[in-house]
Amino acid sequence: MPSNPAVEITGLVKRYDGREIVRSLDLTAHHGQVTAVLGPNGAGKTTTIECCEGLRLPDGGSVRVLGLDPVTDSAALRPRVGVMLQDGGLPTSVRALEMLRHVATMYAEPWDVDDLVERLGLASFARTTVRRLSGGQRQRLALAAALVGRPELVFLDEPSAGMDPQSRHAVWELVRALREQGVSIVLTTHLMDEAEELADRVVVVDHGQVIAEGTPAELVSGSTGALTFAAAAGIETLSLASALGAGVRETSPGSYSVSGAVTPATLVSLTRWCADRSILLSRVSTGRRTLEDVFLDLTGRSLR
Amino acid sequence: MSTATPSTTPRPVPAPSTAGAASARRRVLSQSAFEARAILRNGEQLMVTILLPVMALVGLTQTSIVEIDTGGASRVDFMTPGVIALAVMSAAFTSQSIATAFDRRNGVLRLMATTPLGRGGLLTSKIIGVLTVEAVQIAVITVVAVVLGWRPDPAGIPLAVVAVLLGTAAFTSLALLLAGTLRAEGVLAVANIVLVLLVVLGAVLTSADQLPGALRHVALLLPSGALGEAVRGAFLDGAIPAFSLVVLFGWTAALGWGAGKLFRWS
Repeated sequence: MPSNPAVEITGLVKRYDGREIVRSLDLTAHHGQVTAVLGPNGAGKTTTIECCEGLRLPDGGSVRVLGLDPVTDSAALRPRVGVMLQDGGLPTSVRALEMLRHVATMYAEPWDVDDLVERLGLASFARTTVRRLSGGQRQRLALAAALVGRPELVFLDEPSAGMDPQSRHAVWELVRALREQGVSIVLTTHLMDEAEELADRVVVVDHGQVIAEGTPAELVSGSTGALTFAAAAGIETLSLASALGAGVRETSPGSYSVSGAVTPATLVSLTRWCADRSILLSRVSTGRRTLEDVFLDLTGRSLR
Repeated sequence: MSTATPSTTPRPVPAPSTAGAASARRRVLSQSAFEARAILRNGEQLMVTILLPVMALVGLTQTSIVEIDTGGASRVDFMTPGVIALAVMSAAFTSQSIATAFDRRNGVLRLMATTPLGRGGLLTSKIIGVLTVEAVQIAVITVVAVVLGWRPDPAGIPLAVVAVLLGTAAFTSLALLLAGTLRAEGVLAVANIVLVLLVVLGAVLTSADQLPGALRHVALLLPSGALGEAVRGAFLDGAIPAFSLVVLFGWTAALGWGAGKLFRWS
């Protein structure tokens, strides 16, 4: 197995109509690992992936996929890389199974189509035209089409969007089985549980840049924000901070997070400070943060 | 980390393939057949590619609603080459531009570009797909025309093939130029209107010298007129007018250049 990474992006820049969608982004996806690119809508995830797939030309920086250039070495890469696009890319007038069998003809030794049909539960709509498939069925078919060439590296752009929970678990099981075989997988998602379940590494992207990365465990660990509580909006955080000897931040109206080490004494100080001011705590949590907390802290809670 | 699902050992999947892509020939043949099937199975596409030319042939030869000077030839001998030109335009231009525009909108062009087929293979397959549809069209038209009394000069056939290939090149380029630059719904409208305009203004079903005044010169300069004159020349005179050849080459070069420059894959 080659030692260079499956995907290596350095300083990627991509502009549309003068607007920078991807701004000097660095990302490495290792061989045989599942790398999840996590980010809100419009963060630049799809654009980044499409530069890796050779579908878009970078305006700056470099992209290497399996050690090759996705555009100039595209003929060598295409048989080795499987792609599932966000918008599916399936012709609408053909039947599902016919489409999959057709994509299989592009490869010398494709995956046994019947096996893929069984694994992804495609049999129930094999003879339905793509136009009539539900969103989740289309996604499963598109995933099958991405895998049918038995690729070494797979790009999955929001693979489980629109899927019911059963389908999602079937997809997750398949992704795990692929990793067992040494397949490298890069997937974009905004589903935290998907990233937490599947990913060896999570790369959080926002506004076209990587703002955090690590294993899911690394991302949720760390003492910052481990103590959170809810109370009336607008309490005096400065006064509380000096009482606690730690930083206090109102993350959204009525929601607070305390930075620094949390000890039993910290909790006592917090409740006493509140009691002195007749402030009722409606929630106190010292629980481990979820990836979702980390994500929202990093990317902000406002709608965009 | 605890998860709700039991961590069953997943059933092993096949290892990544080292065999790579199927041969280029196999990929392109497979895609060409796929493209041709998609068109021949689609009701609206069948209507414009097969039914429309056949109706034109039957209507124009079996009725005398339209006054036509056949220049001494029988009506069916005169009309059939023009109908073949119309068929080429409907397959290479109208049908192809609509199919490609919707493939582009649905991301099919992008997806197939990431498979071993690639963009070049996809383009080649589209052209072979068009030629396949044309073969079916011309076979149907020939059978109908022969039943109606068409007796073409066999010597004209090779020349007609040249004319059809040139016309296909020009009209496929126009199809790709439209499909690669406009919205799918726009292409749907424009492709049909342009087909009608090119048939009415160009000398497709009638020869250019029967058109009034200035329109005659316009017709000869249009790709539709050039194609009509070329196919008629091949069958009726045993020669393609040099001017039509030049016009078809010119349109192919210009439209092909434009499509190459302006075509957007997404």
